[in-house]
Amino acid sequence: MIRFPASGTLALAAAAALLPSLAAAEVNVYTTREPGLIQPLLDRFTAETGIETSAIFVKEGLAERVAAEGANSPADVLMTVDYGNLMELVERDLTQPVQSDVLEAAIPENLRGENDEWFTLSMRARVIYASRDRVEETAMTYEDLADDKWQGRVCIRPGQHPYNTSLIAALITRDGREETQEWLAGLKDNLARTPGGGDRDVAKDILAGICDIGVGNSYYVGLMRSGSGGEEQKAWADAIKVILPTFADGSGTHVNISGAAVAKNAPNREDAVKLLEFLVSDEAQQIYANANYEYPVKPGVAADPIIAELGELKIDPTPLTEIAANRKDASMLVDEVGFDN
Amino acid sequence: MTSRRRPAATLAPATTMRDRSDRLWLLASGLVVLGVLSPVGGLLYYASRGSGDLWPHLAGTILPHALQTTVLLLGGVGIIVSVVGVGMAWLVAMYRFPGRRLFEWALLLPLAVPTYIVAFAYLDVMHPVGPVQGAIRGLFGFTDPRALWWFPEIRSLGGAIVLLGFVLYPYVYLPARALFLMQSPSMLEVARTLGGSRRRVFFRVALPLARPAVAVGASLALMEALNDIGASEFLGVRTLTVAIYTTWVTRSSIEGASQIALVMLAVVVALVWLERRGRRRQRYVSRSNRSRTAVPTPLTGWRAAGATLLALLPIAIGFLVPASYLVQHALRRLVEHGVPPALGGWLVNTVLASAGATVAAIAVGLLVAYTARFARHRLAPALVRLSSIGYAVPGTVLAAGMLMPFATLDNWIADAWRAATGERIGLVLSGLGIVLIFGYVIRFLGVASGGIEAGLSKVPSSLDMAARSLGSEPMRTVARIHVPLIRPAIAAAGLLVFVDCMKELPLTLLLRPLGFETLSTTVYGEAARGTYEDGAIAALMIVLAGLGPVVMLARTSFRDQPQASARAGSGSRAVLPADPMLTG
Repeated sequence: MIRFPASGTLALAAAAALLPSLAAAEVNVYTTREPGLIQPLLDRFTAETGIETSAIFVKEGLAERVAAEGANSPADVLMTVDYGNLMELVERDLTQPVQSDVLEAAIPENLRGENDEWFTLSMRARVIYASRDRVEETAMTYEDLADDKWQGRVCIRPGQHPYNTSLIAALITRDGREETQEWLAGLKDNLARTPGGGDRDVAKDILAGICDIGVGNSYYVGLMRSGSGGEEQKAWADAIKVILPTFADGSGTHVNISGAAVAKNAPNREDAVKLLEFLVSDEAQQIYANANYEYPVKPGVAADPIIAELGELKIDPTPLTEIAANRKDASMLVDEVGFDN
Repeated sequence: MTSRRRPAATLAPATTMRDRSDRLWLLASGLVVLGVLSPVGGLLYYASRGSGDLWPHLAGTILPHALQTTVLLLGGVGIIVSVVGVGMAWLVAMYRFPGRRLFEWALLLPLAVPTYIVAFAYLDVMHPVGPVQGAIRGLFGFTDPRALWWFPEIRSLGGAIVLLGFVLYPYVYLPARALFLMQSPSMLEVARTLGGSRRRVFFRVALPLARPAVAVGASLALMEALNDIGASEFLGVRTLTVAIYTTWVTRSSIEGASQIALVMLAVVVALVWLERRGRRRQRYVSRSNRSRTAVPTPLTGWRAAGATLLALLPIAIGFLVPASYLVQHALRRLVEHGVPPALGGWLVNTVLASAGATVAAIAVGLLVAYTARFARHRLAPALVRLSSIGYAVPGTVLAAGMLMPFATLDNWIADAWRAATGERIGLVLSGLGIVLIFGYVIRFLGVASGGIEAGLSKVPSSLDMAARSLGSEPMRTVARIHVPLIRPAIAAAGLLVFVDCMKELPLTLLLRPLGFETLSTTVYGEAARGTYEDGAIAALMIVLAGLGPVVMLARTSFRDQPQASARAGSGSRAVLPADPMLTG
């Protein structure tokens, strides 16, 4: 075999460069949320408590990675969006219950998991973006989206995306599977383009005149309007107005969450709980509101002015656990009507 | 290709010694294959847990559409990469026109741009409120963004075909060009003197001769297209790979996703095998009579201008447009916020991980290539082919398949260490990035071993015999004769692996150590959040860092052309990019 004297040296150099990541951290965060969102919060936590953090952004496969790592996993805190993802972590036995008065006081009970296995940290509403120029409506229901008058005028991201299956599951909970299937087929007929891209593309496409209304999350409006996504996104946001929709029976807007749990085999359990407690402090909740434009979970912390301007949010009172039970059906409906094809 | 016989078979005086060394080669390669197949094992483990009633549901709903989309996508991309790759290779190999020497290597530039970045850039550039349509409207005085309703929609199957085709054609261009240059010009000249028109010579002689190059290159390009997720997702194209991905991520069934992925893998392996079989008895390039290379025909006037424009087109679509888009956005970000403080760290991490993986992949690639050359056992060829399988599985799924076997190994080590010393060391392989490097090697081993094997096949076995009869030990023969001869092939293979690792996203995201950010993970993190401009700098760095190796690749592969026949190891196979399962 041929000798490569260089390879040993290189491996050593690589090992040396990587080693600090093993040793230093006190709380290890596995997150499906983008580093740009999370890092400012972690930095504040370190500044206040002196506890170092180390994060890894894992977009897909967070649960698989933690499960595979098993007993020796370095993961302390698992952070993700969407109640379905959080419940899946619990179902796969990757989390542990947490006893904390601070967390109990800050987070309403219906926004915590059973046995306090997970906690909501922030909320986002699934709203309707509508063209300022071409749409007169100021109030709508989710059911209206399937109305014939919107034929060829609606934009939306792929139906299989958790934000959409979550909304569809909420509709199944309310209207039943068959009625929701009809609704979904009607919505598909109304689409101006194949479902694709993200929520922000809906606003961009409304500006471009490809569609007149669309569905998107509330915080994107803040990200676009504030200019934190760049100048051109301001123009996208200026083309739309936001309608906080309700369900046809009058109950409020569909809301999803971001949240976190302490990992089952967390090597730094106590510091992990401290991090969660910090994340529901007024200071951290204010960062969620002002930097991410999400709704704070802690009662009494105000939403960012840009978000507050959208109108008063009336949250659909249906428990998330009930909606979660219809999640799989929602995903199957998307396939059955060929929504994304 | 020359039908390559394993030269070792012809020199076998000391039978027992050969048998033993045979077994050693097989054992070593068997271990490699075991490692390479471990993610497939991981997928089998997931698949065997069962997916309930998911199959009938998927078969009745999305699979037919996904299958159709995939076939159309692959067909379209296959046509574009073949036509553009062969056409451009023929153009620069056979004609002289302004800019030809520049185009020779500039046609490789799209290799430096990851497909997800290309898709992303074009979505923005071609959007109704983007610069292209904006300029057209300005030109004609339209104000309504809907005025250009006839403008082609990039977010479509057609859009995906065009974009992927124009990014992936270098995989065909590179070997096709080398092949045209290596062909004995007399063969083409004979065809001409026998009365064949230029066109006829191209279609009846040159093109059939190029078949192996097209097959190898196109199969690489097609595997890239088949396994692509980023671009397909951005463009709203629902391929089988996207179906696998959504089955895992949104239908929450890693089991179902693994099952579809394994079926797809079986189909890919079968198709590759069939193609090889179809070419089994054909010989394409004669080694003799290559005392000179073809002299390019000069073009003049509008033909010359036309040739220049024609060669410029794929470079513009595959590289210039996305690169200048990135430059523009990166500059804007730089002016507003300066250089991101962490940029140096991302770059160092990217280069370290890619370099480590490249060295490892070359070392293992040499082992595999020498098994192919020396081992006479009937299992050897199968082992060699199997070692490239990592290239034929979508990256996301491959990453998921790696988690279980590697984490299990990692846990054994941690538990053993704890039992011995009482200390908790955690997951060392994962924490040190060794898992990530394993991952890269598994993914890109075919790129390394294919290139080396190709170079090695140009070393005539008579050299081995001569060295042997002069008393040289086999290892000494390798070190003193082979290594100097195949160095260009090793360099080219190493460069390709390096660029591939730098661009790699799904494995990097899932397998990296805590807190380990690379350029590609940063780009993805920012793009996922919608702060594209922050990602543009990192994206540009990937492209720039990939440019160096691409230009070097062009140099290694082109420098030797005039005396190609004189220097073994520098012929077409030496520079074939990444042939996973087709070489040999």
